[in-house]
Amino acid sequence: MNKTLETPPAKPKKSKTVRKLRRFFRVLFARKLVILCTVILVIMALAAVFASFVAPFNPYSQNLGNSLSPANSTNILGTDMLGRDVFSRIVYGTRVSFSVGIVSVAFSGLVGMVLGVVSGVAGGVVDSFIMRVMDAMLAIPLIILAMFLGAVFGQGLGNVMLAVGIAMIPSYARLTRGQVLTIREMDYVTAGTIFGASKLRNAVSHIVPNCIAPNIVLMTMNLGGAILAEANLSFLGLGINPPTASWGAMVSDGFMFLSMHPVIAIAPGIFILLIVLCFNIVGDAVRDALDPRLRGTF
Amino acid sequence: MKFFKNKLLQMILRRIIQSVIVLLFVTLLVFLVMQAVPGDPIINFLGEAATPEQIAYFTALFGFDQPVLVQYFRWITGLFQGEMGRSVTFQMQISDIIFERLGTTLLLVIPAFIISVVFGVAFGVIAALRRGKFLDSAVTFFANVGMAMPNFWMGILGIYIFALTLGVLPVQGFVSPTQDLGESIHRLIMPVIITASGPLAVFTRQTRSAMLEVVRQDYVRTAEAKGLDSRNIIIKHQLRNALIPIVTVMGVMLGAMIGTTVLIESIFVIPGIGSLMITAIRSSDYLVIQNGVLLLAVAVCVCNLAVDILYGVIDPRIRDAK
Amino acid sequence: MTSKLLEIKDLSVEYKTEEATVYAVNGLDISLDYGQALGLVGETGAGKTTSALSIMKLLPAGVGRVTSGSIFLDGVDVLGSSKKKIGEMRGNTVSMVFQDPMTSLNPVMTVGDQILEVLKIHKNLSKSELSKAVDDMMEMVGIPSYRKKEYPHQFSGGMKQRIVIAIALVCEPKLILADEPTTALDVTIQAQMLALIADLKKRLNTAMILITHDLGVVAQVCEKVAVMYAGEIVESGTAENIFSGRYRHPYTAGLFGAIPKLDEETRRLETIDGLMPDPTEKVEGCRFAMRCKYAEDDCINTAQTMVEAEPGHFIRCAKVG
Repeated sequence: MNKTLETPPAKPKKSKTVRKLRRFFRVLFARKLVILCTVILVIMALAAVFASFVAPFNPYSQNLGNSLSPANSTNILGTDMLGRDVFSRIVYGTRVSFSVGIVSVAFSGLVGMVLGVVSGVAGGVVDSFIMRVMDAMLAIPLIILAMFLGAVFGQGLGNVMLAVGIAMIPSYARLTRGQVLTIREMDYVTAGTIFGASKLRNAVSHIVPNCIAPNIVLMTMNLGGAILAEANLSFLGLGINPPTASWGAMVSDGFMFLSMHPVIAIAPGIFILLIVLCFNIVGDAVRDALDPRLRGTF
Repeated sequence: MKFFKNKLLQMILRRIIQSVIVLLFVTLLVFLVMQAVPGDPIINFLGEAATPEQIAYFTALFGFDQPVLVQYFRWITGLFQGEMGRSVTFQMQISDIIFERLGTTLLLVIPAFIISVVFGVAFGVIAALRRGKFLDSAVTFFANVGMAMPNFWMGILGIYIFALTLGVLPVQGFVSPTQDLGESIHRLIMPVIITASGPLAVFTRQTRSAMLEVVRQDYVRTAEAKGLDSRNIIIKHQLRNALIPIVTVMGVMLGAMIGTTVLIESIFVIPGIGSLMITAIRSSDYLVIQNGVLLLAVAVCVCNLAVDILYGVIDPRIRDAK
Repeated sequence: MTSKLLEIKDLSVEYKTEEATVYAVNGLDISLDYGQALGLVGETGAGKTTSALSIMKLLPAGVGRVTSGSIFLDGVDVLGSSKKKIGEMRGNTVSMVFQDPMTSLNPVMTVGDQILEVLKIHKNLSKSELSKAVDDMMEMVGIPSYRKKEYPHQFSGGMKQRIVIAIALVCEPKLILADEPTTALDVTIQAQMLALIADLKKRLNTAMILITHDLGVVAQVCEKVAVMYAGEIVESGTAENIFSGRYRHPYTAGLFGAIPKLDEETRRLETIDGLMPDPTEKVEGCRFAMRCKYAEDDCINTAQTMVEAEPGHFIRCAKVG
């Protein structure tokens, strides 16, 4: 084929957002493992929503005559000490894990971002005070802090969400404050201040949008951690109230019968491992897809 | 040389002052939140059948009838005199229980930390050098699993496999090393390895990514251009620089490990500070909880300080920073 | 065995990434005598750095690959040599000064140790001799030797580049590859650095390939010049040949047009319209044709060969000669 000196017509360009989104999903699902984990999470989420259809038995109906039965064709993972079907309880446990994970992460993300923006925009005494409180919270190990807050609020689903949620606030507040300070140094925000935009308007219009991406990344990456925190609390008997099916509490209940019926304790743990693993892997992938520069930060 | 040392000293001093401020906030935070804790340790201790006179007597004895500010002030001044008050549940001086328990917890945490750093860094370097190969995938996979695995479940699995099925390790329990060193180690093997597992996974991942980041740096190419062999390039140029972000993680991981002991101690029935905290929370023993949380916060601050000093040793740029 | 220091014949290098293959260098020929200085000129992406990295066998592992050609350095077949043999040559027979002094030094190692390291690998000297050699080298590049205990962040950019040069020269190599050694520096420092390089080259009788996009720099230091465009050399000759302007490749002419002249009143500098061809596509004909004002359809379809316009002055253009 002979070429000529004429330049070929330029290819039509797609709109920027469409390209950005396509790039995001292309990078996000570039690895098969990430697709697999997403599929597992979707299945688990569906099981949580439709638990009453998926679970073969009522997770609360006791049958003391059939307690601690080994796995068989009726009870595929056997029954616990109260004769409840272990598999059905695992299915219902998905609800607790998902709801605690999502609610506490959303709560901590939201509150942490607000605190971070206030801290960064206001500066001065407000900033020092908020950041010292955050430092104080960070000085207490997460499990201990959640345990401590859990002891204050008492047991129950809502209280566990709150305890885990509060315990995770500092990382978002710090991250957001850092972002605000960086953005505040940039020229366009300075220009805004010169032309008389108020601090608040400045914060809302320039700073907040720039803080969202890294916070979303941190939130996705913390989902697994929040679920793990709930499991830990419930295992220690400081989390979800007893009849409710929680994987952590199930492992704890099964511990007593470990030598005779290991399945009761071990099976729920596999699900904790699986859900946390999947959330962590997807979280990493979201980070890489949204902003690879954040790789070192988290 | 003296010039550097002074800089380092200044940095350490500054960090100590910062830590003290943080700890002051911890005491405030803990104390205020404690006021909201439901349940009364006196009633828990005396039982429901206690008469109002008994309750009043013991409440006054422990100082719980005083105004909040006075109680806080007494706590803080007490701390400076090494006084933490008496535990209602244990009927002992809290300072006596808490430091003995801390010692036991350190027997768990220190070896676990060493194991996790040594193996984590080694695995991370191996994975980075074999990037994209089978070994890298395997190490990365196990690191991901290690991070996602709940400690308590791993402990139970360990007990099931090594104690109940194979019978090579004891199920639970703790023996002081001063009593019987061999037995003490035998009983600590499993709890230590499980405490180490999560941080080990984190160190592996961090080391791997830090090494891969460093490989791309110009100074590594300079080192190659000098004719250095790959072993020296890895150790003298890559690893030393990669250690800087790894040290940051060390501080975080030490804190996390101290938290993990709550679970490990409760599974393996080890009388450390973690199991003390659980007992205290279950019996609403205010003073033990608040002093325990404070002590753990002090431990975390000390670890962070140690990490900062290590930073200064590894990275000459930190020594000169303002 | 050749009497030349460096003999590169028909060298082609490509970079393979997941998305595309980049043909970075296409059939490069370079020859250099002992002690000679060659200026390798061209714009960013022309393949200058890639060529230099190939000489040291430092192409990024797994990505960059030599697809054809041969490199003989001081009589040694570089491409066919073992890792060990290359290790012995790097830093000793041939060394490189990288573009950015800010990042080419290890931040956690004292500068003295970084200079010492090269010596230790290649020279069998006693401890005191090593220490003296480091001191001498530092003084030679204009840094007081008492500063050898300091770390890179305690030095300015120009000082760091002096240290990089010291590392490159301390073993007295036969060839230095200087990859835009002044680009990252202030204009005032650039002149100092060039003077230093020229001086050291003369004193140590080292040959040099100076990679740059700045013709002014070449005029100061080099005896020979080669102009690279899109992975191949389009013009080569003595500095006199190139600067006299009797014969010129249209691209070289364009480069000269982009230099401001002080003796003429010019409103705008001349620019070369267009961009370099996409390096992921193989080009049959003249690579410059798309931007060349003299080009005809024939230029695009037939490969151009080097034409000797005057003795020793080669130009890859159908319109010359």
